[in-house]
Amino acid sequence: MDAIILQFFNGLEKGSAYALIALGLTLIFGTLGVVNFAHGALFMIGAFCAVTLSRVFSISYVTEDPTQTDFLGKPLQVQTPYLESWFGPDVGGWMLDYSVPLAILLTIPVMLFVGWAMERGLIKHFYKRPHADQILVTFGLAIVLQEVVKYFFGANPIQTPAPSEYLGTVNIGAIFGMEIFYPVWRMVYFLFSAVVIGAVFAFLQFTTFGMVVRAGMADRETVGLLGIDIDKRFTLMFGIAASVAGLAGVMYAPILSPNYHMGMDFLVLSFVVVVVGGMGSLPGAVLAGFLLGLLQSIASMNEIKAIIPGIDQIIIYLVAIVILLTRPRGLMGRRGVMED
Amino acid sequence: MFGLNPKDTRFLLIVIALTLLTPILLNPFPTESGLAQFNAGYPALMQRFAIYGLMAIGFNILFGLTGYLSFGHAAFLGVGSYAAVWMFKLLSMNVIPAIIASTLVAGVFALAIGYVSLRRSGIYFSILTLAFAEMCYRMAYSVLTPITNGETGLQLTLNDPRILDGGEAITSLPVPGLFGLQMTSYSTLNIAGWSFTFSVGYYFCAVVAILGFYLSLRIFRSPFGMTLRAIKSNQQRLNYTGMNSRPYTLAAFVISGMYAGLAGGLLAAMDPLAGAERMQWTASGEVVLMTIVGGVGTLMGPVLGAGFIKYCENIFSKINEGVLHGWFGFLPDGLEDLVVWIFARFVGEGWHLTLGVMFMLIVTFLPGGLVEGGRRIAARYRNRGKSDAAKQPAE
Amino acid sequence: MGILEVKGVNKRFGGLQALGNVNLSVQENTVHAIIGPNGAGKSTLLNCLVGKLIPDSGSVMFDGKSVLGRKPYEINQMGISRVFQTPEIFADLSVIENVMIPCFARRDGSFRLHAIETVEREKDIIEQAERMLADVKMLDKRHAHAGSLSRGDKRRLEMAMCLVQEPKLLLLDEPTAGMARADTNNTIDLLKEIKAKRDITMAIIEHDMHVVFSLAERITVLAQGTPLIEDTPDNIKGHPKVREAYLGEAQV
Repeated sequence: MDAIILQFFNGLEKGSAYALIALGLTLIFGTLGVVNFAHGALFMIGAFCAVTLSRVFSISYVTEDPTQTDFLGKPLQVQTPYLESWFGPDVGGWMLDYSVPLAILLTIPVMLFVGWAMERGLIKHFYKRPHADQILVTFGLAIVLQEVVKYFFGANPIQTPAPSEYLGTVNIGAIFGMEIFYPVWRMVYFLFSAVVIGAVFAFLQFTTFGMVVRAGMADRETVGLLGIDIDKRFTLMFGIAASVAGLAGVMYAPILSPNYHMGMDFLVLSFVVVVVGGMGSLPGAVLAGFLLGLLQSIASMNEIKAIIPGIDQIIIYLVAIVILLTRPRGLMGRRGVMED
Repeated sequence: MFGLNPKDTRFLLIVIALTLLTPILLNPFPTESGLAQFNAGYPALMQRFAIYGLMAIGFNILFGLTGYLSFGHAAFLGVGSYAAVWMFKLLSMNVIPAIIASTLVAGVFALAIGYVSLRRSGIYFSILTLAFAEMCYRMAYSVLTPITNGETGLQLTLNDPRILDGGEAITSLPVPGLFGLQMTSYSTLNIAGWSFTFSVGYYFCAVVAILGFYLSLRIFRSPFGMTLRAIKSNQQRLNYTGMNSRPYTLAAFVISGMYAGLAGGLLAAMDPLAGAERMQWTASGEVVLMTIVGGVGTLMGPVLGAGFIKYCENIFSKINEGVLHGWFGFLPDGLEDLVVWIFARFVGEGWHLTLGVMFMLIVTFLPGGLVEGGRRIAARYRNRGKSDAAKQPAE
Repeated sequence: MGILEVKGVNKRFGGLQALGNVNLSVQENTVHAIIGPNGAGKSTLLNCLVGKLIPDSGSVMFDGKSVLGRKPYEINQMGISRVFQTPEIFADLSVIENVMIPCFARRDGSFRLHAIETVEREKDIIEQAERMLADVKMLDKRHAHAGSLSRGDKRRLEMAMCLVQEPKLLLLDEPTAGMARADTNNTIDLLKEIKAKRDITMAIIEHDMHVVFSLAERITVLAQGTPLIEDTPDNIKGHPKVREAYLGEAQV
């Protein structure tokens, strides 16, 4: 029983990452009709925003402390982050500790800019080209982005710890009268993603902007005929989708040490999620994200693996294949999206 | 000749000649010269040209003719490699049964995966092939370890049965061969400052690749090839014209999967080990890159693309800042550093960046790839020649 | 007994009765037009004939065999060729290749792995295609890229692709929709020429009265999913029921 609950929570955390990435992917597809193979790279850039901020925060100057000596008898060199000297050790230290959540503030403008630049600079020339061309050019872009990141940050994963308060585990079994310990940060990640998903839906549901975008997703031409400049809104939509991917990445940094190829690793999974949910369906992406996350966690339980060896490795793909063949439009897809 | 019209025959003969002369053509610089590092005429690299060229030729039959973009062809390459190594272990070190087995096994896999995946088209087809390939890759790493030897990769051992080879006790690992001719053996020809290496392995790959190229030429020119192009052009019209497009696309998928399996078998024949990383989806992506860079849908394009990318991978990646400083030493110091810094980003470790940028440029501006680029340049020259000719009488 | 016999066909889309008890009989060697105002169910009927839609009830017999439940390519193999509203051709292939594909389909059936012999060796097929192109006066353009043809030529090419199969029934789906008057007249002339040269059965779905009355030998008027009347063009002209369907005179 404990194992099941633990896996359930594991699944929620995995599922929330899948759902966030897939949400942006399907948003781009639904609004712009573009298949974006560089979406995984956006997730990776988000994660590296966290790395960047924590590096910037820890830029230090060196002073010599004459009261202490090192093992050679020279005065001890002390590194003090500028942050601490500017804001005092309390605030500075706190900022340093909280660099991952603080990086959210960095991620949003960075991702909006990246999204805007991508859409205006590249994607917009591919609206009328076949989907295969879109896949190819964004695949090329993904390679470029990951190589640029590799140049600046190297090929090795970079550990980016969560704030020290969130490092431990919490007993999530207490409510059931059991002892099930679960990493705090993963809980935080789940809650965070729920907030982001909620925000995206609320934005689309309750703002005029969102209404126009939803109308545009349903019928682009008609909305264009109404004299609404749908293109400008779609550009912003691309920025928002990029931000969602970036946010998914930045908070994921403490869970998976960022490395330059994490985007490609997540890309396949997120595509699978999008197709299972139904191309262009936002609720579908969220539903499929959590569903596949949970399935994967359950399948990796020892009891299940004993019955069907290796099932944890392939369950997601198996489900995707079955769904694609039996429900071509995915769980919640609309009719006529990319059917030919 | 060869059942082809004179133009195609000439084309084929040129390709054969170029392939057979590759060890000489790719070593244009004397061994001692500073440019020798650009020589690509060493067996390991030339074998890769032939093998990946073969794989790209096969991929092109599917993607180039029918327009179905598969992101799972690396799975067939990997399956082919495993099949070949198993033949080495169980049957014989002769490469012929190994590559036959790898082609057939890959064909069976392609039939199963293609049968399911081709029920959908467009992006859904791409994702289905991607999902199947990832499944194969992950299974090779986990449950199928008894067959694939997991992360270590499948290797030869001293006590493999090798039924046909007599099963004598051996003291060192055997080498794949062709009726006694070892794949690793080679002879070197030294003329003046030049040095050329002719290896059995390369020539074996080259002959197989030429046969593969010839077959693809016949397919391109056949009614079958024409029908595949019709599928890419307008599948609805084809169905209303009385043709069932499904078996055509499936046949193309299986043929291209068998090419990939054959390429995997050759990889194992050159170096008898097989690992799961060959099956990763990014490896499938590499074949897509090759085909696009060279020119999708053209006969020579995929081969050129494969050669170009493998050349860059091996030669560009060797150039480091020291080499660059050597080249740009004539520039004033500050400028030299700047130029070297810029170039260094795109070579050595950064050559993938070059590849990505180039790929994007080609997809955006030159959908026909290198072949299309060459054609445009040729056309420009010809036009200039013509306009010159037209001017002269007027003067 | 006609070559095409439609009996009691019904088709509903949700709450909408698209076709209600349609009976239709197309006789061999006639040009039979099916006309009717927008939304009368003309396209639905056509889609039921070519295998794109399956009726809820009723039967569609062609040449004595049922077409229901068959795929478009099977129906084509039975002898029905179709011309689309906007010409559907293989835009990336050359003109002659466009005509050769249907020749292969006729000779080799719906699938044949014909991957080794080159197309150039297929002298019979090439000859057949060239004769057809000469018939529609396009022989000089045989090596042109089909996608670069003018709209009128695309229409001719599509006709050639259908006719080269020597279909027992040629279905035309609004062949002049969206055309200028001159193009429409050219198409009418082309169809008349075709009709004059060979025995052929044609079923034309059409909106344009001018086209219908210049070509058809029999006319069926469809209104609200049901055949209103079937007769010769002369009797249809000025028939009160037809005017009612088209102009809604009942309300006046």
